[in-house]
Amino acid sequence: MMLHLQTCRKGNMKNFDIPDTDYMYPGHLACPGCGASLGMRFALKALGENTMIVLPACCWSIIAGPFPYSAVKVPLFHTAFETAASVASGLRAALDMKGQKEVTVMAWAGDGGTFDIGLQALSGAAERNEDFIYVCYDNEAYMNTGIQRSSSTPEGAWTTTTPEGYLKTRPKKNIVEILAAHRIPYVATASVAFPDDFIRKLQKARQIKGTRFIHLFSPCPPGWKMSSDDTIAIARLAVHTKVFPLYEIEDGEKYTINIKPKGLPVQEYFKLQGRFRYLNEADYTRIQHDIDHRWAMLEAKAAVGNKQYLRHTA
Amino acid sequence: MKQVLMGNHAVSYGARLARVEVISAYPITPQTQIVEELSELCARGELRARFVNVESEHSAMASCIGASAGGARAFTATSSQGLALMHELLHWASGARLPIVMANVNRAMAPGWSIWTEQTDSLAQRDTGWLQFYCESNQEVLDTTIQAFKISEQLLLPSMIVLDAFFLSHTYEPVDVPEPNEVDAFLPPYRPKIKMEVNDPHAFGALVAPENYYEFRYNIQKDFERAPEVIERVGREFGEQFGRYYGLVEAYQIEDADLVLVTSSTITSTARAVIKERRARGEKVGLLKIRVFRPFPFAALRQALLGVPKVAVIDRNISFGHHGIFYSELKSALYGQDGAPLVFGFVAGLGGRDVTPQTINEILDFTKAHDFPEKEIYWIGLKSQESEDEKREYSEVSASAAK
Repeated sequence: MMLHLQTCRKGNMKNFDIPDTDYMYPGHLACPGCGASLGMRFALKALGENTMIVLPACCWSIIAGPFPYSAVKVPLFHTAFETAASVASGLRAALDMKGQKEVTVMAWAGDGGTFDIGLQALSGAAERNEDFIYVCYDNEAYMNTGIQRSSSTPEGAWTTTTPEGYLKTRPKKNIVEILAAHRIPYVATASVAFPDDFIRKLQKARQIKGTRFIHLFSPCPPGWKMSSDDTIAIARLAVHTKVFPLYEIEDGEKYTINIKPKGLPVQEYFKLQGRFRYLNEADYTRIQHDIDHRWAMLEAKAAVGNKQYLRHTA
Repeated sequence: MKQVLMGNHAVSYGARLARVEVISAYPITPQTQIVEELSELCARGELRARFVNVESEHSAMASCIGASAGGARAFTATSSQGLALMHELLHWASGARLPIVMANVNRAMAPGWSIWTEQTDSLAQRDTGWLQFYCESNQEVLDTTIQAFKISEQLLLPSMIVLDAFFLSHTYEPVDVPEPNEVDAFLPPYRPKIKMEVNDPHAFGALVAPENYYEFRYNIQKDFERAPEVIERVGREFGEQFGRYYGLVEAYQIEDADLVLVTSSTITSTARAVIKERRARGEKVGLLKIRVFRPFPFAALRQALLGVPKVAVIDRNISFGHHGIFYSELKSALYGQDGAPLVFGFVAGLGGRDVTPQTINEILDFTKAHDFPEKEIYWIGLKSQESEDEKREYSEVSASAAK
């Protein structure tokens, strides 16, 4: 097992096809090891300068910097917590009316703004198939306000509102299935540990018209009680333990699994994070069973829609 | 061209003549016909606009904010519960300095469910940084809708056009609908100096420290302070072109009046008829309509009312634990001024209860018969649950009205 962890910490050196131009400035306000800042950097590399960001309340409201600064080189509109999808709808409408159809509107929201308070607006926009990309960078709790549980927080996780003795007992909400159920053209999961996969998905999404949703796994060192140099290792482990599989759903039906997991035991993922320190062997067994079951369901859906793995990777 | 229009369609045609580019709305009685007509106009190609059928009023205002930030002329309409749901984003629209225009059909707040008119919904939003225009007729609704875009875009502040449920929204009146080219000459296209633009990227609405926030708020207030002049100038420009003038307030027979009635919205029309009758009988009574509630027209009200012995304010609204809202704001405008009148506050017509000529006569009679307003609120026409005091008060009012 140690060997797997070492591999996940080191990764395999190889050449990723990642665009050179950066649209993020140095000096942003993210914590060390923040998955969300890395994610934005990759997202803007993928989408380029013809992009506008709609940003509801989330960690990025701080990361983007206070007035009069900005951490990004594209227009950015800060808005209220629950309005990413509805403000993006209006901005898209304005750009279409002004003939600026080539500009990509990207809503960039956390899990609280997506799974919880912004879900109604997102569902409305997705049902209308509004033409924008929505990225939910998921750090599995309200991190900006100081680690309170959201409906994205996984079972068994400690947060300040699910303390010891009152840990979260319900599973993480399946936002991907909710979006897929709207039959929008493109839904994908992605991870900051797989930048080439994330960038490819954004570039693919950019070519599609309609609502495109990307669920980005984004570790949070202070919130997950993990070492800030383990962000990538933990994100890799999430994929290889099948905790967070990487896959795409086209038109709500065609499932493609993008990375074949190594199938590591879930403890490998849990043990690097203090937020899971209250789990015991019985919990591991139960959660492992659940993960295996959900993986089998995903494989079955992929087999129906599009039975192939795009590639095998470490 | 003269057309017979319901108030709701007067809003729709005003928005069409203003060439709105993005409309985002959610249905609510009694507003719905405004946006139904606009979606028809879009479907028929008579209005080149994107109509966003959102899932709530909250999202309606949010998408207007997004559209306005993108440089488009944005419009929505709502009422009552819908307006209350938008509350957070009303602050956002004004704080972001976005000249969105919205029609609000005044409707009482639940519970119990009421679809009938009352001003408490819009007046509860008075501190959100929106200009507010209370309209008396369908003509005024259409004209104000057109003017509101020009006023808002000059001030970079959003506007709310307010009309009474049913008494205007569903009532048909002859309305002179201007030709599109005439309105184009009055209202140029919206060309914001700053907007979301890929060639000139900025962050809008970022975290702001106490060192700067205070000045942002000061700037909004400064623009509200110059708003009366802008509203009057735009009103004059409109008048010169279309022959219909609107200001902050509208006075009727107040020059030598020893009692002036202060009203807003459709109660004004009824009151004007009563004043006309009583003038004909030789009574020195007058009428002042407040058209613009935000900015509150301090100077115009002082000019009209200082030196008048008595003023009676009719409020179709209430701030619980305080009193009628026009009454309280008017008193604040007159407080400490030389020649300030005695101000009597009457709450009437809540939840769409008719305010009839008889109601208005009762109010005038009561005010004439009393030397001093002993109570903050006089309720007119209470049917039940009144205290012994109020029963006495009411019978007194009725008795003096009967005289």
